[in-house]
Amino acid sequence: MTPQEVVERALALPGADDRVVIVDEDTTANLRFAGNTLTTNGVARGSRLTVVSVNGSGTGVVSRAAVTPGQIADVVAAADRAARDAQPSEDARPLVAGEAAADWDRPAEETSIAVFRDLAPALGEAFAAAEAGGRRLYGFAEHLVNSVFVGTTTGLRRRHDQPTGRLELNAKSPDMSRSAWVGAATRDFTDVDVHALDATLAQRLEWAKRKVDLAPGRYETLLPPGAVADLMIYLYWSAGARDAFDGRTVFAKPGGGTRVGEELAKLPIDLYSDPGRAGVECGGFTVAHASSRESSVFDNGFTLGPTKWIADGKLANLIQTRHSAEITGLAETPAIDNLIMEGPAGGKSLEEMIAATERGLLLTCLWYIREVDPQTLLLTGLTRDGVYLVENGEVTGEVNNFRFNESPVDLLGRITEVGAASQTLPREWNDYFTRTIMPPLRVPDFNMSTVSQAN
Amino acid sequence: MRQIDPDFLALPLRRLADAALQRARELGAEFAAFRLERVRAETLRLFDARLEGSSDADDLGFAVRVVKNGTWGFAGGITLTPEAAADVAAQAVQVAEVSAPLNREPVELAAEPVHEGVWVSLYDVDPFDVPLRDKVALLGDWSSGLLAKGVDHVSASLMQVKEQKFYADSAGTVTTQQRVRVHPSLTAMKSEGAAFDDMRTLAPPVGRGYEYLTGTGWDFPAELAELPDLLAEKLAAPSVKAGAYDLVIDPSNLWLTIHESIGHATELDRALGYEAAYAGTSFATFDQLGELTYGSPIMNVTGDRTADHGLATVGWDDEGVRGQRFDIVRDGTLVGYQLDRRMALLKGLGRSNGCAFADSPGHPPIQRMANVSLQPAEGGPSAEELIAGVDDGIYVLGDKSWSIDMQRYNFQFTGQRFYKIENGRLAGQLRDVAYQATTTDFWRSMDAVGGPQTYVLGGAFNCGKGQPGQVAPVSHGCPAARFRGVKILNTVQEGGK
Repeated sequence: MTPQEVVERALALPGADDRVVIVDEDTTANLRFAGNTLTTNGVARGSRLTVVSVNGSGTGVVSRAAVTPGQIADVVAAADRAARDAQPSEDARPLVAGEAAADWDRPAEETSIAVFRDLAPALGEAFAAAEAGGRRLYGFAEHLVNSVFVGTTTGLRRRHDQPTGRLELNAKSPDMSRSAWVGAATRDFTDVDVHALDATLAQRLEWAKRKVDLAPGRYETLLPPGAVADLMIYLYWSAGARDAFDGRTVFAKPGGGTRVGEELAKLPIDLYSDPGRAGVECGGFTVAHASSRESSVFDNGFTLGPTKWIADGKLANLIQTRHSAEITGLAETPAIDNLIMEGPAGGKSLEEMIAATERGLLLTCLWYIREVDPQTLLLTGLTRDGVYLVENGEVTGEVNNFRFNESPVDLLGRITEVGAASQTLPREWNDYFTRTIMPPLRVPDFNMSTVSQAN
Repeated sequence: MRQIDPDFLALPLRRLADAALQRARELGAEFAAFRLERVRAETLRLFDARLEGSSDADDLGFAVRVVKNGTWGFAGGITLTPEAAADVAAQAVQVAEVSAPLNREPVELAAEPVHEGVWVSLYDVDPFDVPLRDKVALLGDWSSGLLAKGVDHVSASLMQVKEQKFYADSAGTVTTQQRVRVHPSLTAMKSEGAAFDDMRTLAPPVGRGYEYLTGTGWDFPAELAELPDLLAEKLAAPSVKAGAYDLVIDPSNLWLTIHESIGHATELDRALGYEAAYAGTSFATFDQLGELTYGSPIMNVTGDRTADHGLATVGWDDEGVRGQRFDIVRDGTLVGYQLDRRMALLKGLGRSNGCAFADSPGHPPIQRMANVSLQPAEGGPSAEELIAGVDDGIYVLGDKSWSIDMQRYNFQFTGQRFYKIENGRLAGQLRDVAYQATTTDFWRSMDAVGGPQTYVLGGAFNCGKGQPGQVAPVSHGCPAARFRGVKILNTVQEGGK
């Protein structure tokens, strides 16, 4: 059966007042390598049927993998049973209505190991070059394709194919004392230049040959786009309207309500999501396999459009369900699977920002980022794979790693320069979030709390 | 003794395995393993005693992993027919062949006796046999009790997992296993003026069934009865003065420090650089085996895949290796690593100690953590006796924030509750506390470990490692323990306020 036929059969079965049916078809391929050699690899396929049954205002959600045509009725019956047993759902409301989208009948897209047909030989050449140049390459390449089909008893039929590719390359000196990292987000690997990435790594390992020890403290710091992405993704994940309204996050207003409308950044920064943004295209409608603080199964199929989270430095929107929007009195702005940050027009490149730095630190990426204090969104974490000292406009050596303690919200208010935004791969969160466009930032006083001996 | 669910055993396990292994052999694989898994997970979340969301999902499929000409090949499938299993085996061989030009390090595996058997974890009540409404009602009652005692909000959750695995390999091992685990958790929240804070139950996730919520293994009503007053005290507590303090750390916090600074640091794949680009490496490099002074002489740490109710406890691992118990740190010295079959042979360590695990049928097994536990001192002190030995210090309970660097040197942890210790006695809670240290400095500063009466098995469902990312459940047992002169941060000051 095709995914569309599964959706129709599950919707047609009697037993519930309303129903949402979601079919996910997934294919993946990956290559992993360490020390200039392949370590693991694989291809896999997955298929999942999720049925949301609505009985009055009670809901039941059952999700099963690898369902055969003969098992569809069992999954639907289990969801119907759960709906009948359930308490009224707080987020219950009419399902999103609609009709069959023009592309509804298209088959699911797939990936296979063949997606690496150009990448694999390029990696092989890079391994050889690294071996000859006294470097060891480590990393991972992965391609995933998720095709999701959503149907409702209110007539809506929508589908989306989401390719997600990423390449991480990490070069180390043979004694492991020097390390550099680059990453690339891609839809199909045709735009990934392994040789250019490897050349960047080689340059950075050269920079690292001169070591400089620095003590903990607050330093002028250039955050590259990938590091900014990791900080802003955490801010975005912490921007649930319901939690803010309940007084549980940095976006809660003391005394009640949220901080929407409040200035967070002195510079005219925009932080937004846009499903149609070139290079980071993502699904244009809500897909919710379960309800939570930031998602509602009743919102499946809800159309997503460009949404500003921060506009001109002011908090503009928080992540909403239709239900939480009603509670908070704010706009219906569900989560979207990409994130873009931009500053004023004419921002410099990272290289130009380095050239304009008298003395400061240039980071590569941030790692092991965890929340310390939700009241301020204080985060802790480590610098990784290269902290470089910039003096008089040039990189003059590599500094030890640090543990930082910083809040991305507080940071927004202290930024003194926003560079030109470009597509980037976050380091810490790229298992979950790869579609980002971010600028480099200059922070005059980044808090390096302690020295990490790791290299 | 519970039995493996009949509907899992009714799947065509052996027929699929036979088809896959035969095709792999025909295509020239030196080694092949077939694994069929069904993992069912149900999660409930309540907010202020009302059901906020629930999900009941499973993952069903199979995987074939081969070694062909010294290169791994892996493929996963979902169609449970012998023909599809044979096709997936062929795909795995193809992946090995395509990947071979990139491989410069031939794969060889440590020998393991052939096993045939069935194993089921220790639990009494299958949580999936309990109606959803009963679970919601119990969590709702607990939440209402907290709300009635003056907290502003309560979130409650219950995660339940049943994991069934069938494994067969070309050497002849055939095993079938079923594991159950649960994690109930409640968090109370309260605000006071512009400040807000929360406090979570300390009850750890365990390899038990629904009986864990009804009186076996944890006293939830007793813990919940204390939570509102403890949270109110925390909100009113003074902010800590940053500096060096002696710490007494409860097992509810120390398990996570063990996990991050010992568990991950003694994974041999990390120490050898196979995780270098992602999870990281380890300061505990292989050349220091038998030499590194990891901690004080009273430090004894074991890896254990046999502990009762442990989240990493198995009959056999995902390479067909029998679950074992082994030493990692003995009398303060590093004496062992966690291994899979490839790592064991690569470094001449003999048999694997059974630490291979895959979290789903779509992922290959990688070296994952055993239940890594700090051993108590026979006849050792109680927590109160440990506290009595501190003049100016802090008593730490419950885990919260954690972070450690990519070589497992530098870490920072917070907790659920921090008590000031003055002259050997607790003197009220403190706020805004984090402790920060270097792993070996920290463990070398441990001057007392509690007795068996203080020992608790903590743990987590979701330890992350590997690319593609995999999550693994793991427990860590430990007694209360005392550490001297640990750096304490004030987190408000760290935030620049």
